[in-house]
Amino acid sequence: MMSSAPLLVNTALLLLLAVTALAVSQERKLFSSIMLMSIFSLLCATLFLCLDAVDVALTEAAVGVGIATLLFLSTLSRTACRKQATPRLRALALPAVGACGALLLHGLSDMPAFGDPQAPVHTVLSPRYLSGTGSEIGMDNAVTAILASYRGHDTLGEVVVIFTALIAVLVLSGQGTGQRRETDPGRLQQEHESEEPWNIS
Amino acid sequence: MEHQLILRVVARLLIPLILLFALYVQFHGDYGPGGGFQAGVIFAAGFILHALIFGLERSRQVLPPARLPGLAALGVLLYTLTGVAGILGGGLWLDYGVLLPEPVAAQHLGIMLVEIGVGLTVASTMLLLFHVFARP
Repeated sequence: MMSSAPLLVNTALLLLLAVTALAVSQERKLFSSIMLMSIFSLLCATLFLCLDAVDVALTEAAVGVGIATLLFLSTLSRTACRKQATPRLRALALPAVGACGALLLHGLSDMPAFGDPQAPVHTVLSPRYLSGTGSEIGMDNAVTAILASYRGHDTLGEVVVIFTALIAVLVLSGQGTGQRRETDPGRLQQEHESEEPWNIS
Repeated sequence: MEHQLILRVVARLLIPLILLFALYVQFHGDYGPGGGFQAGVIFAAGFILHALIFGLERSRQVLPPARLPGLAALGVLLYTLTGVAGILGGGLWLDYGVLLPEPVAAQHLGIMLVEIGVGLTVASTMLLLFHVFARP
């Protein structure tokens, strides 16, 4: 059983999280939305800290609160500052959300209970990694040992995903096409008009 | 933001500390919270702060964005080569234990190389994304 103080903090944080998420979905001004998203990430980071997941909290604080907010703001400076009113399909939306929610709840019924010490992850996998980190890796931070050594292949996949995202953004924004510009006279002229000092060519 | 004296003075003090903290998070990840991913993001945040306060042009002179895709690729390459080194050393893919005679020290070396790769890729990706979207 959880003692009352962590229960109170967790409940308050989760309630604030829900309120912030609702506020984000209702807000029409994009600047306010971005600020609310940033607060949402900060609450998430605090929640991770309460769950003793310091590494995840640090990541959430740096990425969600810091970089993501900055990227949203710099994108906002290139677009309109208000959300367009989307046509409302309430008749369709409610059954769709209900069906997805029912599927998720059905999937959850198979999962072990929250914090269940008999869950397979706590009886097989975690003890193996936690006992091995000291003798095999010789490290104090089991998270780093798991991420970089035991699960090194997964982390390589994550790095490749980030790299792929970078390539996709460069191609979509038209700033990674230096080779094609030299062969296409129409685009070559365009390049002189808007010459960026950092084209990759 | 050319004339914001307080911001400029505070940023001048803060940016070296942010970059130093990023290096701390990078290399202290074995013992405390942190690692390449977090360090890369903090490192990029330091340079983005520089760009916000002192202007995009000056920031692009300090670290030309044309170099960043190469750095991002170098990070992935460093990670992959560390994995290949495990195979060449007689072990498995991404098996750091064979990199040095002492297995525990070899694990430390492998994890450090891999984390540097992650940090390089993340930092240059975040910084380049900012440069793509930022309006001068």
